[in-house]
Amino acid sequence: MTVAPAGPIRMTYREAVRAALREALAADPRVFLMGEDVGRYGGTYAATKGLLEEFGPERVRDTPLSELTFTGAGIGAALGGMRPILEIMTVNFSLLALDQIVNNAATLRHMSGGQVSVPLVIRMATGAGRQVAAQHSHSLEAWYAHIPGIRVVAPAVLEDARGMLAAALRDPDPVLIFEHAALYGVEGELPAVPRQVDLDRAAVRRSGDDVSLIAYGGTVGKALAAAEQLAAGGISAEVVDLRTLRPLDDATIVGSVRKTHRAVVVDEGWRSGSLAAEVMARIMEQAFYELDAPVARVCTAEVPIPYPKHLEDAALPQPETIVAAARSLVKPRG
Amino acid sequence: MPSLGADMVSGTLVEWRVKAGDAVKRGQIIAEVETDKGAIEVEIFEDGVVDALLVAPGTKVPVGTPLATLRGAAAMPPSPAAPPTAAVPPSGPAGGEVGRGRQVRVSPLARKRAAELGIDPSTLRGTGAGGAVTMADVEAAPVPARAPAPPPPPVEADRSAAMRRAIAAAMSRSKREIPHYYLATDVDVSRLVAWLERRNAAVPVAQRMLPAAPLFKAVALGLKEVPELNGTFLDGAFHPSAAVHLGVAISLRQGGLVAPAIHDADKLGLDELMNALRDLIGRVRGGSIRSSELADPTVTVTNLGDQGVREVFGVIFPPQVAIVGLGRITQRPWVAEGRIEARPVVSATLSADHRVSDGHRGGRFLSAFERLLQEPEKL
Repeated sequence: MTVAPAGPIRMTYREAVRAALREALAADPRVFLMGEDVGRYGGTYAATKGLLEEFGPERVRDTPLSELTFTGAGIGAALGGMRPILEIMTVNFSLLALDQIVNNAATLRHMSGGQVSVPLVIRMATGAGRQVAAQHSHSLEAWYAHIPGIRVVAPAVLEDARGMLAAALRDPDPVLIFEHAALYGVEGELPAVPRQVDLDRAAVRRSGDDVSLIAYGGTVGKALAAAEQLAAGGISAEVVDLRTLRPLDDATIVGSVRKTHRAVVVDEGWRSGSLAAEVMARIMEQAFYELDAPVARVCTAEVPIPYPKHLEDAALPQPETIVAAARSLVKPRG
Repeated sequence: MPSLGADMVSGTLVEWRVKAGDAVKRGQIIAEVETDKGAIEVEIFEDGVVDALLVAPGTKVPVGTPLATLRGAAAMPPSPAAPPTAAVPPSGPAGGEVGRGRQVRVSPLARKRAAELGIDPSTLRGTGAGGAVTMADVEAAPVPARAPAPPPPPVEADRSAAMRRAIAAAMSRSKREIPHYYLATDVDVSRLVAWLERRNAAVPVAQRMLPAAPLFKAVALGLKEVPELNGTFLDGAFHPSAAVHLGVAISLRQGGLVAPAIHDADKLGLDELMNALRDLIGRVRGGSIRSSELADPTVTVTNLGDQGVREVFGVIFPPQVAIVGLGRITQRPWVAEGRIEARPVVSATLSADHRVSDGHRGGRFLSAFERLLQEPEKL
């Protein structure tokens, strides 16, 4: 992105993340990157490739293999006036940093009576679908979305991969960005001049009348594919991308359900205690009398994510299972 | 919907004899139900006030389905003078009063829209998941000021075919599951016949007693002596019955038969027994049996004497464990005290469940039956 051509630019999700990181480093001297292999190796998912060379070792820092340590260091740096961007390789390993995130980053503003804040951004990969087995495939967004004091976002499209980082850096409190690992290779077009995005609103990615498919992160694309199949069968599906998992944008969710009167929540997390459960509960609380069918959900089977491809595919939400759930709620028109 | 027999799975509500708000007493007939065995009057099981009728006439529902709700006697209106119609709108067949209590799935949206349009959603056929009434079903419905009552579906037209099926099911089950054994004996009933002739000569024709009454009484008393023949075999175990509810096989003019009970037959006097038998036969052939009569016979007696049959070996009606067969009383050569005489004789048989009793005990019953008939005045 050294030259800005007139038309839109074709790039991958990974390149959109990298462009956002580069822009952040260039725009604000308080910003620095920290994490395992983010420097010399260029990041496990190559999101930070080339940035060490461009911005130097003070701003792009490789850390020891200790999520607890570097997350704590990041919180300290944020308290000290910096704007650290941490990369935790995957959400699976972030469990080692849970204490720092939940007990320190999320609480300090409240426990200090507003005297301090923790303007920290943590990026981490999440999700399954790449045959890397259970310990690298969890989707634990719901755990973090449970915690008051942090904001949790899930960029599902290139525009958000490009734009959410800047918005997160503007937030005076901790923001967790979940990048679904299966999305890094997805290609798309972005405007040459990036648009500003917010971290407050869900987005309607496809408009429809008969059923709302409510998804986030890695399942938004599957919901859009399902909507395409449903359209071929005479069912008009609306696809809602939650974008921000905490706080949830009730207005957009409920607004969509008021229009379609039916909803399928799609969630790569496990069913029990899932974000899908929270979304369903809010629909019940706020739109019960608008429902023409019980709210359905498509979640990951409650097993550690299997390694063999056919089993992994079977365990995860897929366009076909989303279509089946939608068809159980709505009869085709005509 | 009460179970009116061990093999009954469903019944059709034909007619309500009460309406919401009516006070009812235990044993009162509140409805008529059509089963495979015929039309049966359903008795209420406790005192109270009918709160709501839940099933519309013409509706076929499974056994166990609540037909109506009852408020306890404590909730009865304090003043019987209060006009019930003031509180309860008159309910036609399948009117709003009936429809309101039906368990119908209606989506929240459909229910809200139906209320706006003044449609009773319980009258609609649901096309949603699980048969739920959806918004589309409501919007497709006509919008009258009042929702029309659905026409009651016709009661099963071929009642005798249904009864044939019921008999087939019960008898097949019996022969499949019950190891029958069969005993027979001939009983000299000359004393009984003489006693009946004397008794009947003294009363008007309408009060004459048929031999069936003392014969049935002797069966009932004989069963008290051999309790293994009186009761039910259910869930792999025999459950003896303290009371003798004597099921009487009664053939119907249109074919088929039912075997309703004469309750506590062992405790009835002969005149009471005769009256009960007359009443039962009249009502069975007139098509009105009570639910309690069909539900609980503990043993059955079949009497084919009218047809000139000499002896009948019956098939046990499950879950009962015995059936007593009686033939025609005929004059037969009989050896008494070394001489051959013409005596009125009846052949009595016993078909019994070998899982519960053995031939030795069955023989005890037949010999008790014979002994009891030798002293008809004591019956």
